[in-house]
Amino acid sequence: MLAEVIDAVAASMRAGSTGVVGNPSSVHTSGRQARRVIEESRERLAAALDARPSEVIFTSGGTEADNLAVKGIYLARRAADPGRRKLLVSSVEHHAVLDSAEWLVEHENAELVLLPVDSEGVVRPEALAAAIAEDPAAVALVSVMWANNEVGSIQPISELTEIAHAAGSSFHTDAVQAVGTLGVSFAASGVDAMTVTAHKIGGPYGVGALLLGRGVPCLPVLHGGGQERDVRSGTLDTPGAVGFALAAELAVSRRPELASRLTGLRNELIAGVLDAVPDAVLNGHPVHRLPGNAHLSFPGCEGDSLLMLLDARGIECSTGSACSAGVAQPSHVLLAMGADEPRARGALRLSLGHNSTEQDVRTVVEAIGPVVERARRAGAAASSAAVAGRGA
Amino acid sequence: MSMKVLAAMSGGVDSAVAAARAVAAGWDVTGVHLALSRQPATLRTGSRGCCSLEDSHDARRTADILGIPFYVWDFAERFAADVIDDFVAEYQAGRTPNPCLRCNEQIKFSALLDRALALGFDAVVTGHHARLTDGRLYRSVDAAKDQSYVLAVLTPEQLAHAVFPLGDWTKDQVRAEAARLGLAVATKPDSHDICFIADGDTQGFLARRLGEQPGDIVDTDGQVLGSHAGTYGFTVGQRRGLNLSRPSASGEPRYVLSIQPKTNTVVVGGAAELEVGLIRCGSPVWIAEEPSGGLDCQVQLRAHGMVSQARVSSDGTGLRAVLAQPQRGVAAGQALVMYDGDRVLGSATILSTERDPVSAG
Repeated sequence: MLAEVIDAVAASMRAGSTGVVGNPSSVHTSGRQARRVIEESRERLAAALDARPSEVIFTSGGTEADNLAVKGIYLARRAADPGRRKLLVSSVEHHAVLDSAEWLVEHENAELVLLPVDSEGVVRPEALAAAIAEDPAAVALVSVMWANNEVGSIQPISELTEIAHAAGSSFHTDAVQAVGTLGVSFAASGVDAMTVTAHKIGGPYGVGALLLGRGVPCLPVLHGGGQERDVRSGTLDTPGAVGFALAAELAVSRRPELASRLTGLRNELIAGVLDAVPDAVLNGHPVHRLPGNAHLSFPGCEGDSLLMLLDARGIECSTGSACSAGVAQPSHVLLAMGADEPRARGALRLSLGHNSTEQDVRTVVEAIGPVVERARRAGAAASSAAVAGRGA
Repeated sequence: MSMKVLAAMSGGVDSAVAAARAVAAGWDVTGVHLALSRQPATLRTGSRGCCSLEDSHDARRTADILGIPFYVWDFAERFAADVIDDFVAEYQAGRTPNPCLRCNEQIKFSALLDRALALGFDAVVTGHHARLTDGRLYRSVDAAKDQSYVLAVLTPEQLAHAVFPLGDWTKDQVRAEAARLGLAVATKPDSHDICFIADGDTQGFLARRLGEQPGDIVDTDGQVLGSHAGTYGFTVGQRRGLNLSRPSASGEPRYVLSIQPKTNTVVVGGAAELEVGLIRCGSPVWIAEEPSGGLDCQVQLRAHGMVSQARVSSDGTGLRAVLAQPQRGVAAGQALVMYDGDRVLGSATILSTERDPVSAG
């Protein structure tokens, strides 16, 4: 979390003349004061993301916002027109979107179409057009993320939105990864709903929002007190909203400088790693990718081994989306991109952030050669043991 | 430089305290939980000892308290091929396998150990109850918890990179140490079922994997006494569940004497016919030096109990053991483990048994 954000959140939690301890849903003085802070935060967040304040639905984070968008908009659209029973979702979405869509299939008889991606992880506009063309009047919602959380590829959101709108479908995008480093304008993008979250931009964990266009129908997922346009009930988290608003303002003002610095570091990192390990493969789009994302495959290595060896050298990276058991599953994103087994197993994501330095990049570049060599020996040991085991 | 070890952490109290003792020894310890199931259950049920997400969580919380790095490694594919499929195939072949032994041999001290060594670790630490000093393997001081039997298949090379820190402690001491360290697993129940059979119903599991294979239950003269739905439902020495149509002439209870996969029959007979005096074994592994001639030692014929004095000698590629005290219910597929007092000398897999050592020559 950014130091300024920590200060602002702490101040808003502390009792006192400037502090806000009331329940923003209450009508007494401290409640009104809290409500005022919430509304100011809403306005600041909206301004930072080029949305209207009434379009900000605060949530507990990106996962909840994705669930609300996918379930809420799909069900509302289908309720208004039972013929709109289809849900088109890219095959590289975060599980918050994919699993919500699959839940709708299982419990609401939704018809799910997984949109294919090309070998760089991008949903081609013609792929969406073809999927819609099968039965344009049947599509309720299309959901494609702004930029992929694993391989970093940026999607052509405006083009995809136009295609969806031409068929009368709603369009949602998960922009969780994009806000900090890509220019994100809710109004200019044309999307009907956009997921954003605070912790990816230096804000607090546990707060996010769904930006939901004023005319977009959406049924609630959480029922109760009717807060947030009656779409998301629940007492609001005042310090969380304060922290989110400030983080968003800071992220937007620092974005141009940060994006260009990270792009430079990332290119250096990718070039250095490919130089040290010539048979490593860059995953995702070579240019249209998140500035801080370097995602590479090291054939012959287990991602788990690479992660542990780098972790021991103080380099933190990830092998894919972590699941609750901590087991790295073969990435659905890489598989959707047509990656083969060795490429999927030996994949590693190196993310750069606002506190990454030139020295960090050098540390990784120096470590990666020996680490990959060692991980390959471990991979070879495992596969030869497997052969021996079967023979025994 | 201090020893760099990988502690295999199942989420149970034994492996937790083993990791703690490795930390206390001043070693550089990294904890690893092996994910062995493709579709792990969320919560632990009954007395299963591993494989649920709750067990993974318990292992992680122990690592947090010990202050060691912790990772989950996916060995589900290897486990399915080398332990579960092997278990099913052994039953299909009329034998009675020990999956814990196979897991030690193929997973913990093969797949895991190989990977650990390649990644720069010196040894794998586990919570097994057995003593290991200078390459010599001994029973645990806690006779009731002793696990030397399921470790006796390991070769000296494998044991050279194994550490069992709990062998000189009783289970009560292990639990007390866990409580002293503030580990939540201190009171976690012992596991005793087969970890990959969630409901403890081995017969149901085998029936689902192997399907119905109806056949006859016969006496030693070949007379049909009843029928069965699959020989995998039986193990040598079993008395219950035979559902025979006719009582025996003497009125004595009848037991499974042998399983004949070729004819898909289960042979039953009286208790006296169950006695075994000679055992033929394959795949011997020597932890102590292989003896040049005959060896007088004690042999243990299943995981708990069934120990007899015996004379073991070479039999071509295998071993033959002549028992001083004939035993009942010796099943092919189990290990024969040779002991000199508490010390493990070696092991072999039981292939066949004979009643009378003299007539067998």
